[in-house]
Amino acid sequence: MNLLTYLINGISLGSVYAIIALGYTMVYGIAKMLNFAHGDVIMVGGYICFITMNYLHMPGIAGVLLAVVVCTILGIVIEKLAYKPLRQATSLAVLITAIGVSYFLQNAALLIFKADPKVFTSVVNIPSIKLFDGQLVISGVTLVTIAANIIIMVCLTAFTSKTKMGKAMRAVSEDKGAAQLMGIDVNRTISVTFAIGSGLAAIAGVLLCSAYPTLMPTTGSMPGIKAFVAAVLGGIGSIPGAMLGGILLGIIEIFAKAYISTQLSDAIVFAVLIIVLLIRPAGLLGKKISEKV
Amino acid sequence: MASNVTRERTKMVPLPSDSIVPERDVNKRPVLEARHLGIDFGGLTAVDEFNLAIGPTEIAGLIGPNGAGKTTVFNLLTNVYKPTRGTVILNGKDTKGMRIDQVNRAGIARTFQNIRLFTDLTVEENVRIGLHNEIKCNMFSGILRLPSHWRTEKEFHDRSMELLKIFDMEYLADVKAGALPYGAQRRLEIVRALATNPSLLLLDEPAAGMNPSETAELMENIRKIRDQFQIAIMLIEHDMSLVMGICEGIAVLNYGKIIAKGTPEEIQNNPQVIEAYLGKQGED
Repeated sequence: MNLLTYLINGISLGSVYAIIALGYTMVYGIAKMLNFAHGDVIMVGGYICFITMNYLHMPGIAGVLLAVVVCTILGIVIEKLAYKPLRQATSLAVLITAIGVSYFLQNAALLIFKADPKVFTSVVNIPSIKLFDGQLVISGVTLVTIAANIIIMVCLTAFTSKTKMGKAMRAVSEDKGAAQLMGIDVNRTISVTFAIGSGLAAIAGVLLCSAYPTLMPTTGSMPGIKAFVAAVLGGIGSIPGAMLGGILLGIIEIFAKAYISTQLSDAIVFAVLIIVLLIRPAGLLGKKISEKV
Repeated sequence: MASNVTRERTKMVPLPSDSIVPERDVNKRPVLEARHLGIDFGGLTAVDEFNLAIGPTEIAGLIGPNGAGKTTVFNLLTNVYKPTRGTVILNGKDTKGMRIDQVNRAGIARTFQNIRLFTDLTVEENVRIGLHNEIKCNMFSGILRLPSHWRTEKEFHDRSMELLKIFDMEYLADVKAGALPYGAQRRLEIVRALATNPSLLLLDEPAAGMNPSETAELMENIRKIRDQFQIAIMLIEHDMSLVMGICEGIAVLNYGKIIAKGTPEEIQNNPQVIEAYLGKQGED
């Protein structure tokens, strides 16, 4: 029964990673850049939700919505101010800028919200479910997280395969130049990608803080990096890959904590990444990149 | 060369600028006018003093030896490269400062020398990408599958099929573009470009890698496209039977400059062209 509990917890944690990883992978797919500030958008989402609930005394759902709205705008603004001017620059310059934006967000949060951890009240007030005479307890947050992940996955798949903007995104991620010549506004497509990724980060932030209720300016860093690992594990640029990578990573992390060592769990997670990349350099669902001539 | 072409020649008429257009287009505004167009890469002048007018239903050819700057001209016309000098007037509008996608919407579509399809998308989706300029649709109705979504969906489907029909490719609609054989990929690129509803279609070596019978079929289809859509087509091509067979006006580029403009006959008999492009007489 423990095994099943760990598995469900792993899927739940993995769902959070997956939602964050979607932002990484989509941005990478479209703009061919690693947005290392993505993890800190999660933290901003957490704080916005926290403020809405604790200072504005509004219900959790309002907090979630406000967090999504603010982070979506934040994502668009970050892209416009920090990354758009570097569209023609080397990828290294963009990477350094992304790290800069990450530090900026963390320090801005430190300035505004101070360093002391805030206790986040869970936005989910669904009672836990007890199965098998109370041997298996699934918390409300876990259920909501997994459900949210499934809903996001279905919506995003429908979006990329059915809508005009989704198809434009796939076209841009394959060949930016050809897409432009087919009348696709690449800048707008990139903006929408950042908007979606950041909106999802806000949801991930709220879910993460609901499950692990301490909120600090550095809250987003580690989940951000883990989600990046998840995206690479699944094959960066691939949406199903981010999903798979995220959930696998969550399960591995929880199992490592439960059966091997709590201290070593992060090391094990990264070791798994290294092994997978040695065997499949493009990630689990990533495509082999052949040099175009 | 081009001996099997028996069709009657279009009568070409000179414009006040030094270009010629088919007689039927003479009183119409040219679809495209390039004036003193030029670009430098560093110190190197890649294209200079490129002047050309294309009639609204003309099939024009741009030929020249390798490295003459033909593809650079296409990139200048579509704003992929920003011209160092000169202007491009497309349907009466100066394209200066337009983004690449805006130039496309203003009326130019193109294909590529090395095929650049969206290989992960299906044939139909590739065409739809082009159609998006034309058919308005709504993101939310798409996700929520509202009735309006199904209407636009049907419109998209019908238009895509109509366009694929040009090359009898409807049965390939659900195949991934990357899985198509080479010739079909070339044809799909033309269909995708047509889907953006251009007034000028630029074809960069459409017959590259095709065998003579495929090339002959392509020639027929290029003409068919012009007749059916009433658009101008400009093509870069090394296959002289194709160029001489279907182009009404031809411009010859050498070292980035136009060295001759004229009808296929004039070009074939132009000594400068023969020297620069076709090689010295007696060699061919």
